[in-house]
Amino acid sequence: MKIILSSLLPFILSIIVYVTTSSGNMHYFFGVVFPYSAFFIFMTGFIYKIIDWSSSPVPFNITTTTGQAESLKWIKQNKLESPAGTISVIGRMAMEILFFRSLFRNTKHYSNNETPGYGPEKSLWLFSLMFHYSFLFIAVRHLRFFIQPVPQIIQLLESFDGMLQVATPVLYLTDLALVIGVTILLARRVILPNIRYISLPADYIPLFIILFIALSGIVMRYITRVDIISIQAMTMGLVTFHPVIPANIDPLLFVHLFLVSFLFIYFPFSKLMHMGGIFFSPTRNIAANSRRVRHINPWNYDVKVHTYEEYEEDFKEMMKSAGLPVENDHSQENIK
Amino acid sequence: MAKLPPKEELKKVKYSLPDTAWYNTPVRFDPGTYCYGEKAKGVTILDLPNPREWDPQEEDWKLLPDWKETIKKGFKNRLEKFRSLKLFMDICVRCGACADKCHFYIGTGDPKNMPVLRAELMRSVYRGEFTNSGKFLKKLAGAREMSEDILKEWYKYFYQCTECRRCSVFCPYGIDTAEITMHAREMMHEVGVGINWIVEPASNSFITGNHIGLKPHAIADSVASLVEDIESITGVKVNPTFNRKGAEVLFITPSADFFADPGIFTMMGYLLLFEHIGLDYTLSTYASEGGNFGLFTSHEMMKRLNSKLYSEAKRLKVKWMLGGECGHMWRVVHQYMNTLTGPADFLQTPVSPVTGTVFEHASATKFVHIAEFTADLIKNKKLNIDKTRNDHRTITFHDSCNVARGMGMFEEPRYIINNVANNFFEMPEETIREKTFCCGSGSGLNTNEYMETRLRGGYARASAVKFVQEKHDVNLLTAICAIDRAALPPLMNYWVPEVSVSGLHELLGNSLIMKGEKKRSIDLRGDDLVLPPSESEAAV
Repeated sequence: MKIILSSLLPFILSIIVYVTTSSGNMHYFFGVVFPYSAFFIFMTGFIYKIIDWSSSPVPFNITTTTGQAESLKWIKQNKLESPAGTISVIGRMAMEILFFRSLFRNTKHYSNNETPGYGPEKSLWLFSLMFHYSFLFIAVRHLRFFIQPVPQIIQLLESFDGMLQVATPVLYLTDLALVIGVTILLARRVILPNIRYISLPADYIPLFIILFIALSGIVMRYITRVDIISIQAMTMGLVTFHPVIPANIDPLLFVHLFLVSFLFIYFPFSKLMHMGGIFFSPTRNIAANSRRVRHINPWNYDVKVHTYEEYEEDFKEMMKSAGLPVENDHSQENIK
Repeated sequence: MAKLPPKEELKKVKYSLPDTAWYNTPVRFDPGTYCYGEKAKGVTILDLPNPREWDPQEEDWKLLPDWKETIKKGFKNRLEKFRSLKLFMDICVRCGACADKCHFYIGTGDPKNMPVLRAELMRSVYRGEFTNSGKFLKKLAGAREMSEDILKEWYKYFYQCTECRRCSVFCPYGIDTAEITMHAREMMHEVGVGINWIVEPASNSFITGNHIGLKPHAIADSVASLVEDIESITGVKVNPTFNRKGAEVLFITPSADFFADPGIFTMMGYLLLFEHIGLDYTLSTYASEGGNFGLFTSHEMMKRLNSKLYSEAKRLKVKWMLGGECGHMWRVVHQYMNTLTGPADFLQTPVSPVTGTVFEHASATKFVHIAEFTADLIKNKKLNIDKTRNDHRTITFHDSCNVARGMGMFEEPRYIINNVANNFFEMPEETIREKTFCCGSGSGLNTNEYMETRLRGGYARASAVKFVQEKHDVNLLTAICAIDRAALPPLMNYWVPEVSVSGLHELLGNSLIMKGEKKRSIDLRGDDLVLPPSESEAAV
């Protein structure tokens, strides 16, 4: 139910956009107003969230140490897993962000004759990595629509991406990788019972939107072969704040653009914010040096304690009978 | 206490899912699977709200009328004070990498023990109470409004998490369920919902300085009897002192080491070691608890109990502090203490008086872990050791969660074991070091009424011990944690009865050749040593 609803959302929205832009009177809304608003909401929402996180205090150093920490000189420290300084923290974070280090550790529990066993499980890591990198690659490739003349680096990426030299126009590997990646991430949510049990509409929706974005793009490039020149005129108009909508824009482009805009709006209010959040994770981005450097809690406050003096008052006779030293022996003073 | 099911039954874990969605599946409190509620006495001592007699199994939890407002206010307050909480509420993508990493999930098959779902119990309330999308889209956004049923669900599942942080190792964003559990427990305490096994020890620690409530003379007596045992076993008289001003080192260890088997044997090891090197140290009856049940209550309670450690060091004018084998004590000392109750500028950077080693990595807390201290002594050949005195033991080592994932100490204890014993075998790699499995009773859950859940939670650990027991004839499980020393014996007794449990310094104590000692025929716990063939013949 959750799954069907979640897939219907982008589907129905796409049809609405297709129909209204085919009949012709919604071009300006879906081609200009909506993308601008989406970009504005995305930027504001994203920045708000980042400011919100970065301005909230980190009262304690709660690094998760996943390797030998700094200790005696002759004990080999694992600098990437228990970093003690800034450079190694950057190294650890780079491993997390660029290579999904923690996900790479993943194992799979199985029950063998009622005894737990653990096997390697790299598929989630592999397909996540594939999904994220192909998405990134495709996003960067799309800069050709927004920068004139097209920078050489993008042309380089394109030729790298199309190195298989199959199909016309030449097939981009990342298009294939994105569709495979997102499909597998979706499939595991539907097929694996535990993952299906924990999944919310908020987990399916972004995957379906991204799948629809990819498919609409692929159809435009490989099947309907839309007119790139006029699309480029339109996108350049958007970035230079002189929006124009050429007459021969394919309705599918409006669908594509709408879904991207929709994703932009959805982004800051959703789990997709993990993109910004990963940089802030206090179990990963703090040096494991809490015994060498005092971590400051900005709101540390005084608390009620049971002082030594109170303790001695409570137990003085017992302490004396056990021959333990006491600070204030009033009884002796009285005798004197 | 509920009767325990037999092993064969407990092993049959059903990993099937209920027909109802998790947010429509009510909680049950069956005997053996929940902890007793906090009692009025401890609640009153600690000035916590709503002291009363109540029973989680009953329908009416006798909550104060404004409890829901208190929870909401507490939640909001914590979101403003802890980036961790806010972030962990926002960015989970429910990828499920953590799902099968929890020992309670492995041992119970209950989907709410998947860390992701445990956190969703709280995250759903966050969405429902604090986000617009949640308020507007309700269940469609996975959002819930706080209710009494949810509070009961929290009680059950946030006291079915041992804050071991294993899931956080595998999370691509480092989301730490321990952090979420800690905040859930804090909020529950604010409405008078907590477990007695945590509140009572915390109240004891507050008044007497240790969680069993040992008064000063009782501590002195317990240690005196250990001194006698040491003398009768080794012929050496050790001389620990208490509350002595001007000692170089204040030694603090979990209080169970003073009186509880097998912690006492570890304590005997410490005492022998200090005698062996002539350390100028004192124990304290005021700061007589290294462990901190405040960690399992709230950040504030952690500070209230922890403050005794530095203030006692200051009063006694020691130079630095040395800490015994304990898991959550070291989580606090390592990651919280200096922030909460420092700076320790009245102490000096710790220097080993025997080797001259400066413990630079502890230069701010001035607190050295005994395993670091001992490893340094061994490395510098300052200890006179006879490894064969542990030959009757075939040892495996359990990395305690907090020391592993909260401190990053992996090599020091292994170095010591390899230097004081001949037979050491590691458990499978997915179950040790940063991937170590909890004993199943951490974070204050080692109470008897909870035994069935504890045994289930410890099944992953026990299975790994069973593996090396069958493969290498392992007969001793060594750990550097007081909760382990309390919780692993019943766990082993149930799942792997061939294996006993010890601390690290018990092994060291056995192996130390003391000046003027008599010929030893038994170890510190009174078991016969394996004598070399020539000597056994002579003995005959």
